[in-house]
Amino acid sequence: MTVTLSERAAKHVASFIAKRGKGVGVRIGVKTSGCSGMSYKLEFADEAAAEDLVFESHGVKVLVDPKSLPYVDGTELDYAREGLNEGFKFNNPNVKDQCGCGESFNV
Amino acid sequence: MALLQITEPGMSAAPHQHRLAVGIDLGTTNSLVATVRNGIAVVLQDEVGRSLLPSIVRYKADGGVDVGYAAQGTQATDPRNTIVSAKRFMGRGLKDVSHIESMPYDFLDAEGMVRLRTVAGIKSPVETSAEILRVLRERAEASLGGDLVGAVITVPAYFDDAQRQATKDAAKLAGLNVLRLLNEPTAAAIAYGLDNASEGVYAVFDLGGGTFDISILKLSRGVFEVLATNGDASLGGDDFDQRVYCWILDDARITFPSIEDTRRLLLKAREAKEMLTSHDEAPIHAELGTGQAVDLTLKIDTFADITRTLISKTLGPTRKALRDAGLTVNDIKGVVMVGGATRMPQVQRAVAEYFKQEPLTNLDPEKVVALGAAMQANVLAGNRAGADDWLLLDVIPLSLGMETMGGLTEKVIPRNSTIPIAKAQDFTTFKDGQTAMSFHIVQGERELVADCRSLARFELRGIPPMVAGAARIRVTFQVDADGLLSVSAREMTSGVEASITVKPSYGLSDDEIAGMLKESIDHVGDDVQARNLREQQVEAGRLIEAVEAALAADGRLLRPGERADIDEEIAALKKRIAGSDHRAIKAGIDSLNAATQDFAARRMDQGIKRALTGQKIVEFKL
Repeated sequence: MTVTLSERAAKHVASFIAKRGKGVGVRIGVKTSGCSGMSYKLEFADEAAAEDLVFESHGVKVLVDPKSLPYVDGTELDYAREGLNEGFKFNNPNVKDQCGCGESFNV
Repeated sequence: MALLQITEPGMSAAPHQHRLAVGIDLGTTNSLVATVRNGIAVVLQDEVGRSLLPSIVRYKADGGVDVGYAAQGTQATDPRNTIVSAKRFMGRGLKDVSHIESMPYDFLDAEGMVRLRTVAGIKSPVETSAEILRVLRERAEASLGGDLVGAVITVPAYFDDAQRQATKDAAKLAGLNVLRLLNEPTAAAIAYGLDNASEGVYAVFDLGGGTFDISILKLSRGVFEVLATNGDASLGGDDFDQRVYCWILDDARITFPSIEDTRRLLLKAREAKEMLTSHDEAPIHAELGTGQAVDLTLKIDTFADITRTLISKTLGPTRKALRDAGLTVNDIKGVVMVGGATRMPQVQRAVAEYFKQEPLTNLDPEKVVALGAAMQANVLAGNRAGADDWLLLDVIPLSLGMETMGGLTEKVIPRNSTIPIAKAQDFTTFKDGQTAMSFHIVQGERELVADCRSLARFELRGIPPMVAGAARIRVTFQVDADGLLSVSAREMTSGVEASITVKPSYGLSDDEIAGMLKESIDHVGDDVQARNLREQQVEAGRLIEAVEAALAADGRLLRPGERADIDEEIAALKKRIAGSDHRAIKAGIDSLNAATQDFAARRMDQGIKRALTGQKIVEFKL
């Protein structure tokens, strides 16, 4: 059971946290919404909850709540640039299908 | 798949619901676009990493348009079609624009707002600004990877209704949904106030490329209130360039420079000015079209001398704004500097001296307005939780009122009232049995309507006949959050009603904007027509004058019959000049020319004979 960050993603998360001035890491989760059933949650984490699973990758903490974990197990979070746009990308092996733009998915 | 951004805890947007919104600083010299990313406002850059987009548009003969740096290069070579500082012309008539004599454009005084004749046709400043906004919109959509929900566009606090409406129209032409127009100093305060969470009364000193604004703002618990604004809509960095340019002309003894040389020297003047922010002197080298070489050095003291009056021009409005707010310099907790021109050391010095404190410059003065606008856009687009929404109070810069009998202004909403606002006032009829009333809405501080800016007119009809003074007509003025005005009038006993949303005096309706290109083509026809007529009238007048002079001098060369024919032709042509058919005048000119051909030949012969008489043939050898 693991969730990882690519080196590039870790670097960006660390710099965003530094700019924000607080936060212990990044929280990854899923929500049941969106046109294909589920969508990702990607937030700054100010503190770890008791039940959270905490992974560390390239020096950055990744927090996942136990309910979300089955859906994102094995995911690598990457940081990508597409043209002038840039942001985080989920490489999630559990995804069976997703909506056209990839903002929501199904397992 | 889509690229995601990290959000604040608990604020993950539902999919497809993150709304892309931007803030745009549509400047006189440079424009910028910014957005809020990962909770931080950033200025969006173009594909080679530049933040600023020079507000320059070049129209090309093939119908193509260059915007920004691409157009900057042709300022010197194609000045007539390269439009800089279009913002100065927004919603303005020809008489409102200063320095018109040194501008290389072919101006056309259309009703209400000036137009520019370019190689690609007649363009209004609204269209030119729309080209700039379109480029910024495309940059934003490419950077953010989606369509924009809307934009907050900033305008100088001093912009009147016509200028605000013109800005909105430009955005519409560029395909942007305007979430709100925001005063530039207010945007700067948002950028500073929220980032630094400072409370107190602040002055925002904004010396941009073409406009100067001073605003007194009160920040407390995240609430912004604009206490007063003042400024000068025609004062900015461009004027400093202008002073340096005049100094170059004077010192290098250049008289009547060509359009290309004017542009070239203005560019050199600007470079020298920018260099003087970090150096004590700036060399100015240029070669003019005439071959004359300019080789000067501008010292910082000389620069301070020639621009002293410009700097003192900023302090007058500053004093007035403070007085309007009922404050003194001691009440001001900080001074925010906005606009590239505030980088000039002597500006910072003058401000520090006046306010008795060092001004704030910790945000880039050129970006601060765009950043604040982006934050406002982010809130208006609904990307932030409702709990920490802040209120934004703004004021109207000029009083709004109505014309009353005798051409006097009755102010309904005084200046510096916070908006949105609605105010009503009752009026009555002037004559017995009066059934209609005409309303003239004006903006300004002067007592006479003639001295104020006319915004709109409308009529209320169907008032039941009553004795004078019996009717009660309630007039309501309403200003929305964008500072745009609607006025309604209602006769209280009968309930008849009329209203108007103030279309500024240049009168562009939505349909007209859509049909703008077509319309401007139609205008070309009218203009050509008018010009042809005027030209033929002048030509005919000149010819008649010449023939009459010739008749007076050499009339004896003509036989009586011939003389009568020519007199008749002259009379006929004079009659045609009064008409409006330029072809008829042209025909008359040709006909008079033909009728006097013989006469002219005889005069010529006689002249030669006179000149040759008594000369020996040898004297004609060369």
